[in-house]
Amino acid sequence: MSSAVVTRAHLVEARDVVKSFGQTTALRGASVAARPGEILAVMGPSGSGKSTLLHCMAGIFTPDRGEVWFDGQRLDALDEAERTRLRRTDFGFVFQFGQLVPELTAADNVALPLLLNRTRRRIAYKTADTWLDRLGIPDKAANRTGELSGGEAQRVAVARALALAPKVIFADEPTGSLDSLTGEKVMDLLTGLAREAGTTVVLVTHDARVAAYADRVVMVRDGLVSGDLGVIGEQVSAAKAVK
Amino acid sequence: MSVPLTLLGLLEREPSHGYDLKRDYDTYFGRGKQLPFGQVYATLGRLARDGKVAGGEAEPGEGPDRKRYSITDAGRVEVDAWLADPVEPEPHLQTILFAKVTLALMLGKPAAAYLDRQRAAHIRRMQELTEVRRNGALVDALLADHALFHLEADLRWIDLTSARLAELAAVVTPERTPKQ
Repeated sequence: MSSAVVTRAHLVEARDVVKSFGQTTALRGASVAARPGEILAVMGPSGSGKSTLLHCMAGIFTPDRGEVWFDGQRLDALDEAERTRLRRTDFGFVFQFGQLVPELTAADNVALPLLLNRTRRRIAYKTADTWLDRLGIPDKAANRTGELSGGEAQRVAVARALALAPKVIFADEPTGSLDSLTGEKVMDLLTGLAREAGTTVVLVTHDARVAAYADRVVMVRDGLVSGDLGVIGEQVSAAKAVK
Repeated sequence: MSVPLTLLGLLEREPSHGYDLKRDYDTYFGRGKQLPFGQVYATLGRLARDGKVAGGEAEPGEGPDRKRYSITDAGRVEVDAWLADPVEPEPHLQTILFAKVTLALMLGKPAAAYLDRQRAAHIRRMQELTEVRRNGALVDALLADHALFHLEADLRWIDLTSARLAELAAVVTPERTPKQ
């Protein structure tokens, strides 16, 4: 099987990725792939390398060795401008903290990435309103996100990620700052709406309850992906160890 | 689940026929395992014998269940005491899983791999229960939540034990483990 075929079966894929920060090796040859429309959870304890793996798959970090493929192209071989363009057009992000601009309203925050992609202002704000409505917070559109509760702010973040109609959403501990009921509501919305839209989700979490929303769960330990834990549907082996 | 106390509790709402009690028990507490009619009537008979319920006169009609049962004062006292009594926290200090891990270490078998498989089984069950939470009625969702929290606690134990297998091996196989 050629690598191109493998990469098309998998929308996003890390192959033997090695990444160090100074003397600390975070990833020691991690391999994992997500199919189009799949919700993949990457679990692992603190310091296991799971967030580094997500950042490499999203083109935020460049691996020291190994390859990252996205939609048939080598992401790690692209220049920074190309990767930035992909992150704006094809990737959505939901992080634990910090991706919203607290001084801007919820509608501004959702519309901002669309405006950066040169969507017309009226359409961008109409799209923002539609997604805030789907996330159940239409009444918060005019509120500054800095004034919203944690759960409301995370809903804005999910709306912002989905409004771009990305091919993949990268979510790093998306419920980490929320109480369990609010967190589960956010996960219901994120995974439910992503499934409706056919959007791939790569989700990093230490929380098994959050991981259980995924179609497939893999575990990262000591910088390696150690295998599939839970699979709904066709099993795809993501385990790959290096010597 | 105590069937007699649960039926007694259902009777405290209002006097009922055995059939109604069975239907409500199956709806709220059965979760896929229906209460046999025979058990309903046998339980009601024992509760009547013990003075906790009173069976009314048999009503005319077909079928075995023509009595309307009502709870007595003694029954009410029993339900109150049961509800107020905390459920045993059940620390499960001797779980099957603990026994398997310990035996695996004693026998020199791959305890870490057993724990990995157990973790995978737990995650798969959690995925199924999460589907129930997402798509089920509130009663089912809350029961799924209860199971999910227990499985989550198990998983934490599995993770902790995985990280401490070498220490456990030193305890349960002292003759094999070189002293530090």
